[in-house]
Amino acid sequence: MKLTFSAEDERFREEIAGWLQENLCGEFEHLKFRGGPGDEHMFPEERKRWEQKLAEGNWVGIGLPKEHGGRSASIEQQVIFAEEYARAGAPGRIGHIGEGLTAPTLIAFGSKEQKEKYLPGILNGTEFWCQGYSEPSAGSDLANVCTRAVLDPETGRWRITGQKIWTSLAHESDWCFVIARTDPNSVAHRGLGFFLVKMQQPEITVRPIEQLTGTSEFNEVFFDGAVAEDLVGEPGEGWSIAMGLLGFERGVSTLGQQMQFQNELNEIIRIAKDNGAAKDSVIRQRIAEAHTGLRLMRYNAMRMLSIDERSGPDSSALVYKLHWSSWHRNLGALAMDVLGPEAELMDSAPYNLTRLQSLFLFTRSDTIYGGTNQIQRNIIAERGLGMPREAKGR
Amino acid sequence: MQFRLTDEQHMVRESAQAFLADVSSTEQVRKAMVQAASYDADVWQRLCTELYLQAITIPEEYGGLGMSYVYLAIVLEEMGHKLFCSPFLATTGFATNAILLSASAEQKQRLLPAIAEGQTATLAWTGPQAARMGGTWGAEAISATWQSTGEGYRLDGEFSYVLDGDTAELLIIAARAQGSSGAEGVSLFAVPADTAGVQSTWTPTMDQTRRQAKISLTAVAVANTMRLGDEGQAWPQLQKTLALAKTALAAEQLGVATESLDIAVAYTMEREQFGRVIAGYQAIKHKAADMKLKAEVARSAVYYAACVASEVLDPEGDQTLAAELEEAAAMAKGYCSDTVFFNAGSALQLFGGVGFTAEYDIQLYFKRAKASELYLGNGAAQREHIAAMLLDSEVAQ
Repeated sequence: MKLTFSAEDERFREEIAGWLQENLCGEFEHLKFRGGPGDEHMFPEERKRWEQKLAEGNWVGIGLPKEHGGRSASIEQQVIFAEEYARAGAPGRIGHIGEGLTAPTLIAFGSKEQKEKYLPGILNGTEFWCQGYSEPSAGSDLANVCTRAVLDPETGRWRITGQKIWTSLAHESDWCFVIARTDPNSVAHRGLGFFLVKMQQPEITVRPIEQLTGTSEFNEVFFDGAVAEDLVGEPGEGWSIAMGLLGFERGVSTLGQQMQFQNELNEIIRIAKDNGAAKDSVIRQRIAEAHTGLRLMRYNAMRMLSIDERSGPDSSALVYKLHWSSWHRNLGALAMDVLGPEAELMDSAPYNLTRLQSLFLFTRSDTIYGGTNQIQRNIIAERGLGMPREAKGR
Repeated sequence: MQFRLTDEQHMVRESAQAFLADVSSTEQVRKAMVQAASYDADVWQRLCTELYLQAITIPEEYGGLGMSYVYLAIVLEEMGHKLFCSPFLATTGFATNAILLSASAEQKQRLLPAIAEGQTATLAWTGPQAARMGGTWGAEAISATWQSTGEGYRLDGEFSYVLDGDTAELLIIAARAQGSSGAEGVSLFAVPADTAGVQSTWTPTMDQTRRQAKISLTAVAVANTMRLGDEGQAWPQLQKTLALAKTALAAEQLGVATESLDIAVAYTMEREQFGRVIAGYQAIKHKAADMKLKAEVARSAVYYAACVASEVLDPEGDQTLAAELEEAAAMAKGYCSDTVFFNAGSALQLFGGVGFTAEYDIQLYFKRAKASELYLGNGAAQREHIAAMLLDSEVAQ
């Protein structure tokens, strides 16, 4: 058990930190600390250019194998990259769905042609992706997908009809991966396909959802016989591909997320010291609890990333989402309580939130998206503790 | 960076598990709880001669195994699982650390091989007035005094809450110069328990799986060579010792918290009501999931603090990590204290009526949980310690 990095890894840290210092300036200066959760709708064009800048330095998809255009970076190096990226205040990654989800999925399940067709656009920062999973009646019950895919006998192409919801950045994306029902008589996780769909076509309508923050990161996406460019795997394999993909989601990016959390906590501590809240014994307890929770989140992630062949996947992975989402939601409330009456005052009308107001409101979604806290508890009890599965209504 | 157990560490865990399964069954624990010595001397002998566990962190040059603090944490976690009744924590988690951090090479050569061979030891520092100070365990809790007599020292005073103080063969004593206060004037002494003027009295505790004692010193004469570290300057070493002790206790709490969860889940998988096992009800599952979350985070806290402790005790350790000791130990003890009481309390509830009986073991875990939560300061006390580090410094964040 070792917590220190090797000399080689520390040199890698210097390399990325140096690159960021040289490149995150000039036209990109104003992107610092922007575009993260709750702020994802900001500066999309500039952030796309930033993705191309990253790609020039070969910093996109560093964990992907070299033969597919990545760097084959070790877990340690990916951790270091995520940490230094966040430490420098580099902007929220508009390419993260393509880099973190589409690319590993294609490498694992895609054909040779599909890899050649899609990976370059992801790795050079020119093509952006969104995720078409949730539907109005397929939320926690994700397998209850109703969107249909029908094979057009004339063109030999699949056409998609249905509605997706909570699609982040759909309006900024070139591509969407969609799970849709290929077998109309199937139910639940059987009979689904995993499709790659071009967003710019008349059969697709994107409608932004105005959130309680007044902003719109999420969208509804309507498919009206939209043409699917490709099917990954075979019809009926969609669920297993989608589940494999969720596995890629829990990765090293969490370390970068934590650096952002640290920036938020630092700001709250600064305010507490400044306005005297730091003398209040209850606030002191809560700040110390937040600090502890964040530090321990880091060590949870370290355990999760230090794969142990003997014990198999570490059980810390199961509790990770519930821990960070609850922690972050509490941090949002703490920010307001530290500010006291000042917490209510906005930047400006009509509804321009301050950074901490945005944190407070947006963190309410953390315990809902990507598996609600209630679903997480079911998963922990069932997979982690072997307790009986929930009864199903069908 | 490899934040996981090595093969060797797994092996130590497995051998500790096998040993404890043999010597710390429910029946054996319940017997030890009421017997005069609070632990079974034969079992202690086996632990010391067959597994050599009490010598884990003692360097090889002093007759020990010279292994890192992570190994000690692993063993303590397993002892927590089984509520093992023994002076192990007092000896390894308290007294040995005080010697390692403050004694000269010559003193180590005199003291450590005896411990490595099975001598029991403990640390006594809190005076009786600590009870009126809101459960403080720091320098202000030290009230016994030392006076120089030329060829040695005269020690007087009282100690409360001394772990296994009634049976320990060697006492590491903290005393202060007369008239001093706080961190000033603190000295450490190694005093054999049979020294004239030393009196130890068992103080019965609600948690019967670990003993506490009062120790009084009346004109105890000790030689200069028994003083560990510089005269009147020992607080920094004692403070580090207490941080290492918090880490050790947190490791044990992790075992208690995990076992509480495991036995409660096993019970809910058997107990049927309304025609099915109660483990199938979401109210039960979600409570168990919350317990699991806390146990997993507690594990990360313990491993982290144990890694830091290893660097502290290693003369060539990483100084950046070693400097995190106060904070890491406070986080581990704070998080694990909350966790152990939450898990044991929740487990008792999941057992329902039988959880309230003497027959079921969960009551023993519940009592140990509260005792260990309070010892060295509960979660709130640790958080205040962390808050002071974060908020009261003049250095800007």
